Amino acid sequence: MAETTLRNGRARSSSRLEQGLVVLGILALLAAPFFVYPILLMKMLCFALFACAFNLLLGYTGLLSFGHATFFGGAAYFCAHAVKVWGWPPEAGILLGVVGAAGLGLVMGFFAIRRQGIYFAMITLALAQMFYFFCVQAPFTHGEDGIQGVPRGFLFSLLDLNQPLNIYYFVLAVFLAGVFAIWRIVNSPFGMILRSIRENENRAVSLGYSVANYKLAAFVMSAALSGLAGAVKAIVFQFATLTDVTWQMSGEVILMTLLGGIGTMVGPIVGAGLVVGLENALATSGFPVMIATGVIFMACVLLFRRGIVGEIQARWNARRESRSGNKAHG
Amino acid sequence: MADVPDMDSIDLRVVLSARGLRRDFGGFVAVNDVDLDVHHARIHALIGPNGAGKTTVFNLLTKFLEPTSGRIELLGHDITRMPPAAVARMGLARSFQISAIFPHLTVLDNVRVALQRPGGLSTQFWRPLSALDRLTPRADELLDAVGLTDVRNKLAVDLSYGRKRVLEIATTLALDPKVLLLDEPMAGMGHEDVGTISDLIRSVARGRAVLMVEHNLSVVADLSDWITVMQRGKVLATGDYPTVAADERVKVAYMGMEEG
Repeated sequence: MAETTLRNGRARSSSRLEQGLVVLGILALLAAPFFVYPILLMKMLCFALFACAFNLLLGYTGLLSFGHATFFGGAAYFCAHAVKVWGWPPEAGILLGVVGAAGLGLVMGFFAIRRQGIYFAMITLALAQMFYFFCVQAPFTHGEDGIQGVPRGFLFSLLDLNQPLNIYYFVLAVFLAGVFAIWRIVNSPFGMILRSIRENENRAVSLGYSVANYKLAAFVMSAALSGLAGAVKAIVFQFATLTDVTWQMSGEVILMTLLGGIGTMVGPIVGAGLVVGLENALATSGFPVMIATGVIFMACVLLFRRGIVGEIQARWNARRESRSGNKAHG
Repeated sequence: MADVPDMDSIDLRVVLSARGLRRDFGGFVAVNDVDLDVHHARIHALIGPNGAGKTTVFNLLTKFLEPTSGRIELLGHDITRMPPAAVARMGLARSFQISAIFPHLTVLDNVRVALQRPGGLSTQFWRPLSALDRLTPRADELLDAVGLTDVRNKLAVDLSYGRKRVLEIATTLALDPKVLLLDEPMAGMGHEDVGTISDLIRSVARGRAVLMVEHNLSVVADLSDWITVMQRGKVLATGDYPTVAADERVKVAYMGMEEG
């Protein structure tokens, strides 16, 4: 009984700490555009949401997809096309991007979830490459040129997204809503089943869960949220190009998630911020970005597999365990 | 217990049956023409030397493996071509040779995951985890019944081997299965744990059918009402313990003696 109280007390104090950090983080993001170039911040936010959506699948369901660029870049194309060619308002374009990405996720997930581990990754990669070549050929994507000059327009015909602060706070709102949605999914009855599938798939089957359906649902959710990030990015940068559907993009989101910490809520955000920041810093130096990210990737796998946030969490927990252990003995 | 016989305990209807069950792996016949009847409220042991095909039979009955031929019926329904999760939902629960738990969930959550399925609580992705709180009393009841209350908030991975096994059984019981298949429940168990698990299995079998694979023959002798002996993929003998123990072929199979 005493142990239970202690544990609850500890859980409560740690959740209060977490709440404090979240509030602090949101305040920092609200103030950030006054200190940092907003375009860079918005790029970080889009990739952070993308990485969080990817982590929903890798970290909380245990599925390594190597084809998530399809949803990110695909949604960017759908949104850009709808806004530029059909003259849709930005919110409708983004919604189309999300629905389109969910549809692509349904197809890719349907073929991939029947396989496990490396085979799952290979199928997602193969399908993503098919989508890439479709984008190279399809007339509406304009091949190598991409869709350029997408108008930002007015959000709900009210808010002028051409104003830097307006669009920044819009992107921030989408980012927070997206991350909240992921947090909610992870910490829901459904998320509990996802975690149990990750922990022991056969056991979940023997308890009567049709794991294929749960995996597919998680895959579609992850695809839709990745699409949200990609569609918003198209509005921010006013273009959609082939870069976002290449396999390198799928690899980059894996790197971001791994670097920040798989299966942690904040890890992918930190990882995305670091990778985008690094690319930005190296862009003017002439040093090849691929070499830098490659070295980081190797260091991450060799030295801190839990990622930055995962490592901090583990050390923090270990310190607290030992301290409470000492207290109990002393 | 009572003078008036409990209807359940004298009800010996067949709840799970297999006819002509066969499974090939390439050219190797792992299970060959096996007939098996599992009765309600009876502990049925499946024994035999290593490689006799016991675990394969288990995987076939629970549909984790597709039979090459033969027919399986659960509670009168043909389940031969059903997926394993659907069979589990019909009331056939199993344990695994290696303790099947969710290591990084708490003991309480391990049990609650099993309780979550009925009532659509497993697909709600928009509700907070506190939606599961109404399952907690039932989960605590089950943990109390198997004596795991003191570790309910620990991660399952931190339990001792024996207690992981107990947790697995508690999780399985949360499904309230009609038929319970236990794959070597005593494997790797310390002497003091064997008694606990035996008592648990005996109390569990009161309301349901139990089929178990077990190597520990004293446990088999002590617990089982009915025994099926397998060798090289075939059923060698079936009957109660004295019948089976007296069977010459069984003696040969176990002692490795030549006939004559």
